[in-house]
Amino acid sequence: MTLIAELRNLTKCFDNRTVLDDINLQVHEGEILCLLGPNGSGKTTLLKILAFIEKPSKGEVKFQGETVTDKNVERMRMQSTMVFQKTVLFSTTVYNNVAYGLKVRKTPKSEVDEAVKRALNLVKLKGFEKRPAKRLSGGEQQRVALARALALDTRLLLLDEPTANLDPKNASVVEEVMQTVNQELGTTIIMATHNMFQAKSLPSRIALMMNGKISECGAPNEIFRKLSKGLVSFAAVDNTLAGTAKASSAGTTLVDIGNGIRIETVSHGSGEVSVFISPEDIILSKDRFASSARNVFKGRIVEISDLGSVVRLKVDVGKTFTVQITKRSFNDMGLNLNMEVFLAFKASSVQIV
Amino acid sequence: MNEILEGIVKALQLIFSGDPTVYGIVFRSIFFSGTAMILATLWGLPIAMLLGLKDFRGRSIIKGFFNTMIGMPTVALGLILFLIFSRAGPLGFLGILYTPAAIILGQAVLVTPIIVSIATEAIEAVDPDIMNLAKTLGASESQASFAVLKEALNGVLLSNTASFNRAIAELGVVLLVGGNIAGATDVLTTSISRYTNTHDLGLAIALAIILLAIVFGINLAVILIRKSKIAYLLSQKISR
Repeated sequence: MTLIAELRNLTKCFDNRTVLDDINLQVHEGEILCLLGPNGSGKTTLLKILAFIEKPSKGEVKFQGETVTDKNVERMRMQSTMVFQKTVLFSTTVYNNVAYGLKVRKTPKSEVDEAVKRALNLVKLKGFEKRPAKRLSGGEQQRVALARALALDTRLLLLDEPTANLDPKNASVVEEVMQTVNQELGTTIIMATHNMFQAKSLPSRIALMMNGKISECGAPNEIFRKLSKGLVSFAAVDNTLAGTAKASSAGTTLVDIGNGIRIETVSHGSGEVSVFISPEDIILSKDRFASSARNVFKGRIVEISDLGSVVRLKVDVGKTFTVQITKRSFNDMGLNLNMEVFLAFKASSVQIV
Repeated sequence: MNEILEGIVKALQLIFSGDPTVYGIVFRSIFFSGTAMILATLWGLPIAMLLGLKDFRGRSIIKGFFNTMIGMPTVALGLILFLIFSRAGPLGFLGILYTPAAIILGQAVLVTPIIVSIATEAIEAVDPDIMNLAKTLGASESQASFAVLKEALNGVLLSNTASFNRAIAELGVVLLVGGNIAGATDVLTTSISRYTNTHDLGLAIALAIILLAIVFGINLAVILIRKSKIAYLLSQKISR
């Protein structure tokens, strides 16, 4: 298998703090590689080094067979581009945003128009060219940022938490695009995520990151099999909880995660397991209401983080769950710290990993 | 009271009849201050970019210096420049004292701190990730800096307006290094002062009305530009 990029004994320090610690990683041409790990594990820095906008403190970076140096770094950058977790846009139209990299490359105007159109179609923002980019919704803005990277048709595409701040609809557009460009254009993709579902379904390989080191690297099945018991210790990954599973009479599985909390799930397992519930799949309400959701818990809001178009809440129900809702719902419901709320999620939203 | 009313009537007559003395003065004022603003931008903006984008030792001292210099009394600066430009001064050999060149240079020095301070603030306010964004999209170091500057365009425009206003409204520098020579180095402010002293109230009032109109007119135009889409169009032109 051809390698597109290779990191050898790579270390990165910021002011004596080691962010990446002796990383060795091979990236195969045409794969989707997922960097899975909690916040602060070094995922973003690793991506920035592969985008050649951050220099390693020690070690070697090879890209398409060549060692990256100060001399060739600007040429290397042309073949690798990164989409940041926080959306950054130029204060101009969508067209000018998406066309920026092509103009830098001195692409003829007709080709620029063509590429911008194609990229906007891919992210389902057809006809948005003339809109001021900063007046779009959060999800649309992130898609403009993605289109801006796609328009360049680079060999390597680096995505930092591409769906973390998006609602499910926008997130699925982004996931679809990733698969399309990977399969149809053969673009190699490296994405950082802490979303278990995404890590399980999209990539060809997963690299687990923890404290600036890659602890495991392999195919998703392999990684999840190895980790099913240890995942909790690994993860500050949201909503990954350890428990004991046993079959229920209804054919579902009940997982006791302690503190009197039992989670019902349709996936199967027994004994010591870890369960994962995506923060977007949890419904938050102020009152207990009748629904088909098999899991309903009463708790208290202990943390609120504003992520732009969505808000992430931590709710303590005996165990702490992370819930992600849109900013609009957050405002409409008038939520506050310490407020009493109910969490509800379906048995089918719970995965045993 | 009558004298003032007569003055106002005379002033309006002068303005609307297109009096050559009045319009000569107006032209010189706009030309000197406009050129001074452009000069100050030419050397002030690179300084602002350095201060806004790079972190180096002594950066905050330099920033503080320019901030303080905004408050420099124009008469004091006028005197210093007079001494520098006068025959015995270090730049006396240029022989530019009492010429338009001295006025333009003097005003440019006067407004440089305004350009540097406001533009630095504007550049610092730009999202620091813009630099990385431009780079990952393929921009070179200088193209990436330019991308940041474009994001700070509003602030740069503001620094230009503020410096032009300061230049056209100041009296000290223009009087001391320009000499207020009629038809050569006299501008709105010096002429208002002269005609008030010689009791030509009509002329003084006419010039004052025009000075106020220029200052308010330019501020209004900038407010409108910033509100409208013109700023957007401008930024697109630049990027092409």
